[in-house]
This record gives sequence, C-alpha cells and structure tokens, in this order.
Amino acid sequence: MKKKITVCYFAIFRENAGTSQEIISTEAGTTTDVFKELVHRHGSEEPLGHCKVAINDEMADWDSLINDGDTVLFFPPVAGG
Amino acid sequence: MEISPKTIDIELLKKRMISPDAGAYASFEGWVRNENEGRRVIRLEYEVYDLLAVKEGKKIIHEACEQFSVINADCIHREGVLEIGDCAVWVGAVSPHRNEAFLACRYIIDQVKIRLPIWKKEHYFDGDSEWVKCERCSEGISI
Repeated sequence: MKKKITVCYFAIFRENAGTSQEIISTEAGTTTDVFKELVHRHGSEEPLGHCKVAINDEMADWDSLINDGDTVLFFPPVAGG
Repeated sequence: MEISPKTIDIELLKKRMISPDAGAYASFEGWVRNENEGRRVIRLEYEVYDLLAVKEGKKIIHEACEQFSVINADCIHREGVLEIGDCAVWVGAVSPHRNEAFLACRYIIDQVKIRLPIWKKEHYFDGDSEWVKCERCSEGISI
C-alpha cells in the first residue's frame, strides 16, 4: 500500500534535491528503502553508512519502519565546529 | 545549548558561568580561518537543524557534567554566514579545579563536531564552494 510521507533534506541533500522538503508517495517499507528511492531520483554520492536519518524529529535507524504521514529527515555527514 | 544567528557574546556567557564553588573556568572558541586543505577560504556558511542540534547538544553537556563532575557547562554554535575570524562555536565549563574544566571542554567540542546536525559550507577565493566532510563524522557514530 502506498504511503504519503514528508521528506526533509539538509545541506548537500537539499541542494541535490532542489528543495528542503517534499511530500512523496512511496511503497518503501524502511528508511533505507526511501533513501535508495530518493538517491535514484535526486542523485547522491554519499554512502548510506555516512549519513543519519530521523523520523518525526527522533533519530532512527536504517531499518526503521516508515508509516503513512511520517516526516523523514535525511542528514548528510555532519561538520560542526 | 543554543544555536545562534548572531555574534556570540562571550563575556555574557562567561558571566553566566560564575559560581561561588568554582575555582576554574575553561573555555574553547572555534574560529573561522582563511584556509583549508590548501584552498583559500573567504567565508563559511553553517546550516543547522536547530531542534535536534539543541536536543543532542544538551545531551552532550549533561554527559560532560556527569563524567567530569563539573559545576556547569554550556555551548553555543553559530548558524548562517560567518566571516574570517568570527567565532563559530563557544564551549565553557566551570569546576572546583582546572583539570575537570579542561576535560569537559574538550569532550563537549569533540562530541559537538561529530554528533550535532550541523553542516559547514566553505566559500573559496576562486568563487567555488563546497560542503565540508569531516573524516570522523563519516564513521557512522550515531546521534
């Protein structure tokens, strides 16, 4: 069943996607599935292992399940300081 | 823990740390420098996801207070466009004796760099710009 989710992008992901957030319709089951789907659509050279993911403002794992209405946030490698 | 779009007022932060049982105050300031890996940098741009950065920053400060028995510790990180020489991040810690304050400062800045959702874009003299990747941040350390 297709789910409608909001995806948020930051830094290089935002530039690659050309937007800071978008609503997508997906059959993806996990955060990894969504990431792969979006890499295919927007392009990214970042390996998944270098990135982090959050669901509804809580840090999540790459096998966390996606539910209808979720907001998924993809973080490229960080570099504060 | 704060994320600030404005110049960091270090004197004010220092005053906030004053405590009658503190015998030592240690601080760290991260400044914007004009060079990285052989390229001339003219300014930096920080993008921050405030909500999680503050949440995770508070966690780091709490860890430092527990681990090193400091009286108080705090951190402020800038967001937006910064010029050469600007202070990008400030960390302060107070403790009865100096060692704990030094250790807490070191712990906080090291963790801030690898755990907070903050991204840095370097703008170069030649007109190019690039998002900075730090090696340790790519080791998969989870927030």
